[in-house]
Amino acid sequence: MYEIRIHSRGGEGGVTAARLLALAAFRDGKYATACPLYGAERRGAPVVSYVRIDDHPIRIYSQIRNPDLVVVLDTGVMEAVDVLHGLKPGGWVLINAPKAEEIPGHRSYPVDLTGIALSLGLVIAGSPVLDTPVLGALAKMGIISLESAKAAITEMFSDERNVRAAEAAYQELLP
Amino acid sequence: MLTIATGNKAVAAAVKELRPAVIAAYPITPQTEIVEQIAAWVAAGELDSSYIPVESEHSAMAACIGASVTGARTFTATSSQGLAYMHEMVNWAAGARLPIVMANVNRALAPGWNIWAEHTDAFQERDTGWLQVYVGTVQEAYDTVVMAYRIAEHEEVLLPVMVNLDGFLLSHSTQSLETDSPGDFVPPFRLPHAIDVAHPAGYGTLTGPDDYFRFRWDIERSMRNSSRVIRETEQDFSRRFGRTYAPVEEYRADDADVVVIAVGTLGKEAEVAVDLLRREGIRAGSLRIRWFRPFPDLDLSGRELVVIDRDYSFGFSGILAGSLRARTRADPYSVIAGLGGQEVTYDDIAGFVRGREPGRELWFGVDRNV
Repeated sequence: MYEIRIHSRGGEGGVTAARLLALAAFRDGKYATACPLYGAERRGAPVVSYVRIDDHPIRIYSQIRNPDLVVVLDTGVMEAVDVLHGLKPGGWVLINAPKAEEIPGHRSYPVDLTGIALSLGLVIAGSPVLDTPVLGALAKMGIISLESAKAAITEMFSDERNVRAAEAAYQELLP
Repeated sequence: MLTIATGNKAVAAAVKELRPAVIAAYPITPQTEIVEQIAAWVAAGELDSSYIPVESEHSAMAACIGASVTGARTFTATSSQGLAYMHEMVNWAAGARLPIVMANVNRALAPGWNIWAEHTDAFQERDTGWLQVYVGTVQEAYDTVVMAYRIAEHEEVLLPVMVNLDGFLLSHSTQSLETDSPGDFVPPFRLPHAIDVAHPAGYGTLTGPDDYFRFRWDIERSMRNSSRVIRETEQDFSRRFGRTYAPVEEYRADDADVVVIAVGTLGKEAEVAVDLLRREGIRAGSLRIRWFRPFPDLDLSGRELVVIDRDYSFGFSGILAGSLRARTRADPYSVIAGLGGQEVTYDDIAGFVRGREPGRELWFGVDRNV
């Protein structure tokens, strides 16, 4: 089983990113569950979403304690939340930033999702759209296939700039 | 069609296939997504139902009763405080023998104000004459709503069915979903005692001491009949759609020395604990109670039991543990865990089994064995 924890702020699309990722994994022929951790959500507050991907049906509903991968859609939450908490030794961190510092014991993958969204004009209610470009980055990391990432985005969104954003993130992320 | 959906969207999708003539509901977290989706389909003309946005849950059930008594198929959904507010009419629906289907997204009762999963809300309605079923996956939520209509409307049952799913844990979790069209799996609804709206008449429901008990016995007789109807329906569902359900879902229980018994998503999580314990050499198994009313017949002789209640009856015990003691004479290790959404992992469940003390009660997170 592959376990992913997504950190974001309310309104940035962390919950939707989890659902898109689950859909893409499902289109790859895997089983997947996306579980947002609901609290007293409001715009701007730190939010956590979980995604589990496996070759077998998933029977776990509790929170992910030891993720294989942490996705940080907003580096601002790192001031309030220990995003590396419980991350497996050698686990990966995908960070929405032009570049990222080395994280001892882990591998960090920076990618400027905000820049990609802004360059394509993908802005909703004043916020850059991050949930679709992140799928491209996850595809480059081998979590899902790029084909399924694009299929999942097309299933949930009609604006084809979302697919281009995923393709751009796929190109930009260094393997 | 094969897609992904939340538990709430799966319930709504099943209701859309069953095309109730009347849907009356009041939104409440974490159920709101169900009626929001249904209302959107009605507004878009994709679902030809009368959607009644009532001012309270009491009125939601009253509206379903009024529609159902004319022979119309009905649906409503609620949670927690809404179900409690509806309680008077919940009794009426069963007493009037109206096969209403209701989704209840299990949530703790206030105070303290809490929107997270607990089963006390539905277990409090266990004596009303409703059939109660608890689901563990998104697919099961869809399939069980479909089966619920066939069971409720069966001429030997004619009782309402409450389909329960855990708040947030299942209602807001996304999984894969196969949305088969039920086709003729659910026959057209015919209520034998429907009133004839074309010929208005007055009815008195005063039922004296010489007759009332007969009606109560008739509910119980139908409740007993429903066990067979549930089995037949689940078997026919398996034949037609390839997904198999039973009143009690067993996992590695055949040769188990110790059996974990739970309801809803905790019952699925328990399966993972069982695998963990088996690797340690503990012969564990699990039972997930799907149908709580009618309560299943269980042969648990010779096994140690660890019962997890996400609920409590104050001054008595966990409601599931108490029911099992009454029906099986078992003396389980009773664990009270998950109240108000308290986090319970498969590791925690494995720990309950390792530390079991038959006959005792543990409040998880409270440093005290009762």
